[in-house]
Amino acid sequence: MCCDYDYITGANKLGTRRMSTQDKVIAIIAEQALLEPSDVKLEHSLADVGIDSLGLVESIFAIEEAFDVTVPFNANQPDASDFDISSIAAIIAAVDKLVAEQGK
Amino acid sequence: MHRVAITGMGTINALGADVPATFTAMREGRCGIGPLEIADVDRLSIQIGGQVKGYDEAAYFNRQKIALYDRFTQFTLLATEQALSQSGLRFSGALADHSGVVLGTSGGGLNTQDENYRAVYEGGKNRVHPFIVPKLMNNAAASHVSMEYNLRGPSFTVATACASSNHAMGQAFNMVRSGMAKVMVTGGSEAMLCFGGIKAWEGLRVMSKDACRPFSATRNGMVQGEGAGVFVFEELEHARARGADILCEVVGFAMNSDAADIVMPSKQGAARAIAGALRDAKLPKETVGYINAHGTGTAANDKTECAAVADVFGAHADQLMISSTKSMHGHLIGGTGAVELLACIMALRDGVIAPTIGYEEPDPECALDVVPNIARDASVDVVISNAFAFGGLNAVLVLRKV
Repeated sequence: MCCDYDYITGANKLGTRRMSTQDKVIAIIAEQALLEPSDVKLEHSLADVGIDSLGLVESIFAIEEAFDVTVPFNANQPDASDFDISSIAAIIAAVDKLVAEQGK
Repeated sequence: MHRVAITGMGTINALGADVPATFTAMREGRCGIGPLEIADVDRLSIQIGGQVKGYDEAAYFNRQKIALYDRFTQFTLLATEQALSQSGLRFSGALADHSGVVLGTSGGGLNTQDENYRAVYEGGKNRVHPFIVPKLMNNAAASHVSMEYNLRGPSFTVATACASSNHAMGQAFNMVRSGMAKVMVTGGSEAMLCFGGIKAWEGLRVMSKDACRPFSATRNGMVQGEGAGVFVFEELEHARARGADILCEVVGFAMNSDAADIVMPSKQGAARAIAGALRDAKLPKETVGYINAHGTGTAANDKTECAAVADVFGAHADQLMISSTKSMHGHLIGGTGAVELLACIMALRDGVIAPTIGYEEPDPECALDVVPNIARDASVDVVISNAFAFGGLNAVLVLRKV
């Protein structure tokens, strides 16, 4: 299991270095997909890493908790929100955008 | 085997405080969903619901009763009074011993839990009222009905999420049919519109922020409701012998499990339940004129349900009507099948098919006659009520005109 990361503080167990958005999002996706972070690539879709609709909702919750943001996502209309989930890279960009908009 | 009649019905829900008001609202396609009036609503991202508005518990119950009756129990007792008064039944002696109550609920006394958790956690109180446990327990409503009306036979509560009421009414049907009971008071109740009750649903991200639009291509989720529906299921010969007004007959029931996914519905499971209920009723599928759909307004349910109906009915699927009254009263979760049975009885008794309101745009995956927006006059002889719960538990009832 890939439990080397603390989503909430963004610190890894080796020290206090702050993780980038990319590292944190990949850590969240990897934990959800039961993969090592190194196996999650930016071009992957959620389907590529085996995350289903329930896993997606859990991942979004983990992102909200880790970045202290509210993600506009309705499972009935996954494509209708501004939050692009088409690839890992898209999710990272969407999180950066939300942090910029909602960051405190 | 005995035939089973319905000889009384009662309700309180977002559309009205009794059956006539609810029927009128359904005929007019009125929406009972609106802004929620509850504590801390500003901290919710979902702020609408099918709430029973203008309700004053003190108008119906004294202080001692209110200390024991959660909102879901109050709704149940109000609906039961209407149903039993319509049936004209009173229970004593052998009839009391052979009559019971089986009700559905999912959250039980959730408002009581919410208020008291708030008091001890947020308010820092170290003491709660002595009756919190008997007030919040899921069987409180069934027990108070049994005490109020001297129902001394089999009585219990069924909790199968969104299928609770249909499962409860299915049990009542089989108990009267088998001779285990003469009369069963049945249906269900839910009062989940409190901060915790909605916050939990928000997490799943299947709720709509604006409206419940079942089968519409523009649907974006479900909307919670609250209230109760209660019915009197009575042995048909018993009802006839005493000259009761028979509202309709319950003729079939089936229940099964998808055994697949905790939240995603299954077409096969739903289809097996519908087909099973028709087999139980010994009726050919072509006799069915109307289906009251589970129709939650989520992307997943509505297309799966339509596919299941198309599978079971084949060419006849295009001949029958199917509507979701959740568009008007919201999703009453454990009480929903009971309030929706009213639409089935209205179809059989009054020849009025309740509409699916909020319908904006056809969805090719829901290509059935969903009675969009406007109620329709139609004579139907056999109707079906679907309920498909989280957890993959399905329960389908079949009713017939008498």
